[in-house]
Amino acid sequence: MTQYSELIERLLKGETRAAARLMTIAENDIEAAEDIVKSIYKNTGNAYILGITGAPGSGKSTFISTLIRKLVKEGKKIGVICVDPSSPLTGGALLGDRIRMKEHFSIDNLFIRSMANRGQLGGLSRATEDIIKIMDAYGCDIIIVETVGVGQSEVDIFKSAHTVLALVVPGLGDDIQTIKAGIMEITDIFIINKMDLPGADRKVSELIRMLELNMNYSYSDDINNNFAKINQWTPEIVKTNSISGENFDKLLEKINKHKEFLKKTGIISNYHKTRIKSEILKILEYKMTQKIEKLFNTSEQIDKSIQKVINKSTDPYSMAELIIEMMGIEDSF
Amino acid sequence: MSNNRKIKVLVTKPGLDGHDRGAKVVARGLRDAGMEVIYTGLHQTPKDIANTIIQEDPDAVLLSILSGAHNALCPKIMEQLKEHNIDDVLVAVGGIIPEEDKDYLRELGLQGFYGPGTEIKTIVNFVKENIKR
Repeated sequence: MTQYSELIERLLKGETRAAARLMTIAENDIEAAEDIVKSIYKNTGNAYILGITGAPGSGKSTFISTLIRKLVKEGKKIGVICVDPSSPLTGGALLGDRIRMKEHFSIDNLFIRSMANRGQLGGLSRATEDIIKIMDAYGCDIIIVETVGVGQSEVDIFKSAHTVLALVVPGLGDDIQTIKAGIMEITDIFIINKMDLPGADRKVSELIRMLELNMNYSYSDDINNNFAKINQWTPEIVKTNSISGENFDKLLEKINKHKEFLKKTGIISNYHKTRIKSEILKILEYKMTQKIEKLFNTSEQIDKSIQKVINKSTDPYSMAELIIEMMGIEDSF
Repeated sequence: MSNNRKIKVLVTKPGLDGHDRGAKVVARGLRDAGMEVIYTGLHQTPKDIANTIIQEDPDAVLLSILSGAHNALCPKIMEQLKEHNIDDVLVAVGGIIPEEDKDYLRELGLQGFYGPGTEIKTIVNFVKENIKR
């Protein structure tokens, strides 16, 4: 067992402080995160993961706050992970998502954790996946992951969540443009938040039109296709008012409908496989990069060969092939 | 721990006090010093604050109190921490704290007092030098 056995034991008993401390460790130290995940992995997989994404200021935190109120009433244990951006200059971050959720701070069945993305692109942080697992092992039934305010390509949430909700607000001009490529394809339920603002209905019809185009274009029966999810499931659209709570019952129905859909079609198991594959690939990428960098910075042979590239007696591509040969990766397959 | 270690600070406003300019300035200053700062907003009860500390696991907690209720709020907050066996978090207070109240608050375990006019640099250094883990 690892040096974290005691904390892990306490985590599995559902102790909040142990969970929080393990999250801190996983966030700060990638090797420790590995040890922790290795020990708790068999205790994960019970939580249903909801991803919430949307432009900055679209109301994600307030929306989640209202959603929590509904879910806690159903007796569920909820985990919330809020990711905010780190400063590219200083590495610091201001995490302000709790401000909108303060009415819930005292609810026992709720664990809110703020994270900085620490420069990671894609809308999440490196450790988000690990923190989801810790919350899962801690015993959360539902884990809500709020991404940083996104633009076009912050779609990593798609790899972590079962159901992805994207928030769109009326009156932001032509923001359909900004979601049509990335977010459009990964969203299961579109939320027209701030539905009391003028233009909400128009936004709905714009979305419907956009979705129709998308689906005609990429229709496929192959459920092994990574994008099968969007081809088989017609994204739902719900208008909400996060302050008054209007339409949240309807929203919960849609979330359940999507959950049932994933189970009924068996997509959920395919989906798990795709997700696990992409997770392993990401870890491999990281580990191989580390190894390559180490070799690259220490090998004298490589250092000498680089001189050859400088002299133009060889080129960067041939050089890279040589290094792959040196590492013996090709031979072993 | 590895060099990815970031100092995490909770900035919070206990009680019925709406003066949050100071808290925001400090939060921003600590952010610019490379720390991860959680700001909770206004009107936090001692129990809210304890809950947040348990969940977020910060290295330091900075309370901002300008309402004059520090002698009522601070003991309750420190009591909550004790109740949950939280002894590795640095707690300091900013706002208006009269000189004659400081000894009492120090006895409770509060370690720093930073009123109006304090330079951000001072607070940053205080946090860096006094965090307990």
